[in-house]
Amino acid sequence: MPALEETEKPDLNLDRSVGDFSYDVQYQYDAGVGLTEATIDYICDVKNDPDWIREFRKDGLRKFLEKPMPTHWASHDLDNIVFDNIRYYLSQGTQPKRSWDDVPEEMKQTFERLGIPEQERKFLAGVEAQFDSEAAYSNIKAAVGEQGVIFVGSTEGLHKHPEIFRKWFGKVIPTGDNKFSALNSAVFSGGSFIYVPPGVKVKHPLQAYFRINAESFGQFERTLIIADEGSEVMYMEGCTAPKFETSTLHSAVVELVALKGAKIQYVTVQNWSPNVFNLVTKRGLAHEEAEIKWIDCNIGSRLTMKYPGVIMKGRKARGEVISIALASDGQHQDTGAKMIHAADETTSNIVSKSISIGSGIATYRGLVDIPPHRKGCKNNTECDALLINTHSRTDTYPAVVVRGNQNATQHEASVSKVSAEQIFYMQQRGLSEGEAMSLAVNGFVNDLVREFPMEYSVELKRLIDLEMEGSVG
Amino acid sequence: MNPETPTTDGLQFTPSPVWPDWFRSAQQDAWNEYLATPAPTRKDETWRYANIKALDLSAFRNAPPIASEGKLINASTGLEAIAAKLVFGNNALVHSQTDGLPAGVVVQPLDVAARENEALFRQYFLSQPVELGSHKYALLHKALLSGGVLVHVPANVEVALPIELYHWVEGANSSVFPHTLIVLGDNAKVTVVDHFKSADGAPAFACGINDFHLGRGAKLDYVAIQDWSADTLAFHINSTVCDRDSSSTALVANLGGRHIRGESFSKLAGEGSRSVMLSINPLDGERQVDQRTLQDHAAPNATSDLLYRNSLDDKSQAIFSGLIRVEPGSKQTDAYQKVENLVLSEDAVAHSMPGLQILNDDVRCTHGATSGGISQDELFYMQARGIRPDLGRRLVVAGFFHSLLERLDNETLRARVAALVNERLGVKVAD
Repeated sequence: MPALEETEKPDLNLDRSVGDFSYDVQYQYDAGVGLTEATIDYICDVKNDPDWIREFRKDGLRKFLEKPMPTHWASHDLDNIVFDNIRYYLSQGTQPKRSWDDVPEEMKQTFERLGIPEQERKFLAGVEAQFDSEAAYSNIKAAVGEQGVIFVGSTEGLHKHPEIFRKWFGKVIPTGDNKFSALNSAVFSGGSFIYVPPGVKVKHPLQAYFRINAESFGQFERTLIIADEGSEVMYMEGCTAPKFETSTLHSAVVELVALKGAKIQYVTVQNWSPNVFNLVTKRGLAHEEAEIKWIDCNIGSRLTMKYPGVIMKGRKARGEVISIALASDGQHQDTGAKMIHAADETTSNIVSKSISIGSGIATYRGLVDIPPHRKGCKNNTECDALLINTHSRTDTYPAVVVRGNQNATQHEASVSKVSAEQIFYMQQRGLSEGEAMSLAVNGFVNDLVREFPMEYSVELKRLIDLEMEGSVG
Repeated sequence: MNPETPTTDGLQFTPSPVWPDWFRSAQQDAWNEYLATPAPTRKDETWRYANIKALDLSAFRNAPPIASEGKLINASTGLEAIAAKLVFGNNALVHSQTDGLPAGVVVQPLDVAARENEALFRQYFLSQPVELGSHKYALLHKALLSGGVLVHVPANVEVALPIELYHWVEGANSSVFPHTLIVLGDNAKVTVVDHFKSADGAPAFACGINDFHLGRGAKLDYVAIQDWSADTLAFHINSTVCDRDSSSTALVANLGGRHIRGESFSKLAGEGSRSVMLSINPLDGERQVDQRTLQDHAAPNATSDLLYRNSLDDKSQAIFSGLIRVEPGSKQTDAYQKVENLVLSEDAVAHSMPGLQILNDDVRCTHGATSGGISQDELFYMQARGIRPDLGRRLVVAGFFHSLLERLDNETLRARVAALVNERLGVKVAD
C-alpha cells in the first residue's frame, strides 16, 4: 500500500492547553534556589521538624551528593537537570486548611479547573489536594474517620502519629536506594500519610491531587500508606501541571506497607506538562497473603522514570503492576516494574502497554527476581508497544532472575503499529485518519483502562482522546 | 613494546613470524590498546550480572607447540562425508585436507590468506565492531592470533559437503585464539562446522572470534560444537553480516567449558536478508554460560530469529542478554527472540534480559523469556510406563534440545549434534 506509506502521517501533537494555566501566588516561605545544608535547616525550621527528621534529611543530602547520576543505563537527558536552579521548598503556610472556605481564592480557581469539588461529590472518601509543597486543603469524610482511618499530610502524620509513622518511614525505600530517593529524603514536604486499622475495608477510594505551580520548583512529596492486618484501601492520585519555560523537577517517594492479608491499590494518572522531569520511586512491602497493586498511567512530562515495585515478603503475597504509558513528541516515558519474590508461593503479574507518538520514546524496564531457595513463585509479564509514526521509538529492557527449579516465570513482549487495514476500514466508513487512529489507540489500551476505577477510566479515556485529538485536522 | 609496560597476566606479546609485517604492526597496536583498555565491571550494561571474577587471566600462558599431534589428528573425526578438514593444535595448523572442495573455493590458514588473499583479508578480517562488551578481549585475540582459517566461496559456487574445522588446546593453562573468517560471494552456499576441543582435562583459555560475511543471495549453515575441558575459560565472539536476500543459520552448542562468554552479533545489512541464531546449553556442575546477542536490522524486509535454550542442573548459571535493534527506515522488519530456561535444581540460576530497541513503526517484533522446572506430570507419565524419574528427567532435557535442532536443514549434521547432546546428557539411543 505505497500511497499510505508515502503520505506523512498526521501530526499527533498534544493539546497541552488543558493543564496549561497558572496563577500568581504569593509564597509565604521560600527556601530560595539551590540545595545546601542551610536549605535543609530552613525547611526543618519552617516545618518545625523533630530532630530525627532533621538528621534524616541531612543523611539524605549526603547520599544525594554522593550518588552518581544513573546515566550508565538511563537517559542522558538527566544531565540537563540543573539542581542549583531549583527551588526546594515553597509554601504559603504549613497548616493544612480545614474547610473549603479557608482556601485562598486563587487556589480555589486552580482546583476548580482540576475538578476537585466534583470529585468529592462523587462519594470520594477524602480529598487531599496538594498545592505546591503543603497540603492546602485536607478533609476526611466523617465516615472514614469514624473507622479509625488516618488520612493526613505527611508532616501532620509524623507530628501526630509518630509511633506508626516512624516504624515504617524510610523502611520500604531506604534513603540511599537511588539518587532521587536520597534527594526526596533531604527535602520532602507534602504527600499523604494513611493508616488503615486492622480489618477496616475503606469502601471509597482516598484521593489526592498534586499540582506544581511555581517555575523551577521541584515538588518532593512523600507518601506512606500502611494497611494493617486484613484491611483494604484504594488510593488515587492524579496530576496535571501548568506549562513553564524552564525545567521542573518532580521527585516523589511513595512507600506502601500491606500487613498480613491486607490489600492496597495505588492508582496514578500522571499528566505533567512537557517540561517536567518526573523521577519517582514507588515501592510496596507485602506481608503474608497481602496484595499490592500499582495501577499507573503516564501521559505527560518530559522524562518520566518510574518503576513501581513490590517486595513480596510474606508467604502467598501478591504483587501487580498495570501500566499505561503514552509518549508524545519530545517525551520519554521510561517506566516499568520491579517484583522481588522474597517468600514462597508469591505471585506477581506485570502488564504494560505503551504508545509512542511522533518522536516520543516509550521504554519498559523491568526486574523480576526470585532469590535462592524459594518455592512456588510465579511471575507473568506482558509488554505491548504500539508505534504511531515512522520515527516513533520503543525500547524494552526486562531482567528476569530465577533461582531454583520450583518457580516459573514468563515474559512476553510485542511491538506493532496500527495496521493500515484497520485505518482504511474506518476511513471507508467516514472517520478521518486522526479519528480512526484515536479509536485504534483506545482499543489497544481498552482492556487495561477497564482495570482503573470508574472515575479514572473515564478520565483516562478522555485524556487519551485529548492527546489524539490534536492530530485531527 | 615498552618493556616496562605491566602485563596483567601471564600472557606475553610475542609476534608470530608467520604474519606479514603490516599485520604484525597491527598486532602490536592491538596489544598496546588491550593493555590500556580497562577490564569490564558489572556496572557496564554489557556485563550486568556477569561473574567478573571468572575472567581472571593471570594463570594463563602462551601455548607451547603441541606434543601429541598424531593423536589429535586421529581424534578429529566427526562427519563421514566432508569437503575439507583443517586441524589446529595450540594455534598451529597440524593437518589440512582440502581435496573435496570445488574449484575456486579457498580454505586456508589466515596467515597464508593474509599474503595470498590480502585484499579479502583486509576487507573482512575483524571488520565489525565488537560492541557487546568484549572489546578488550577482541584486542587480545588480534594481538596474539597465529592460527585461524579463511573460508572463501566465490559467487555462484555451492559446496555440497560440510567443511570441518578442529581447534584443539593442549597442556595446563594453554591459551588458544581460534578464528573462522567466512566470506561468501553472491549466491554462494556452504556448511561449516567448528569443533572446539581439549586434548586433556587441564585448565585452559580460549578466545575465539568468527567473522561471517554473506554476499547477495548467499546461504550459510554454521554449527559450532564447543567441547572445551570442564576447566576452560572461553570467549566466543561472533559477527554475521547478511547482504541482500542472503540467509544464515548458526547454531552454537556449548557442551563444555567452565565459564563461557558468548557474543553473537547479526547485522541484517541487505533487504530481504535472514539470520537464524540458535544455541543450546546443557549446563551442570558449576558451569556458567554468559551470552549476549544483538540482532541489528539495518535494512527493510529482513528477518531475524533467535532461539536459545538452557538446561540448568546443580549449581550452574546462565545469563542471556539479547537485543533486537530496528534502525530507522528498516520497514517490514520481522524479528523474534526467545530464551527458554529449564531449571533442574534448587541451586541453579537463570538470568534473562531480552531487550528491544525499535526505531521504526512498521515492524513485527516479539520476544519472550521463560524459566521453569520440569512438570511433575511429565515425569509421572513416564514413571507410569516404567521409566525411572532420573532417566525421565534426562529424556525431557534431551527432547528440549532435540526440538531446537529441528531448525537445522542438514540432516546428517542434525543427527551428529543430537548424538553429542545425548552423550553429554547420558541418554543412550538404540540405532
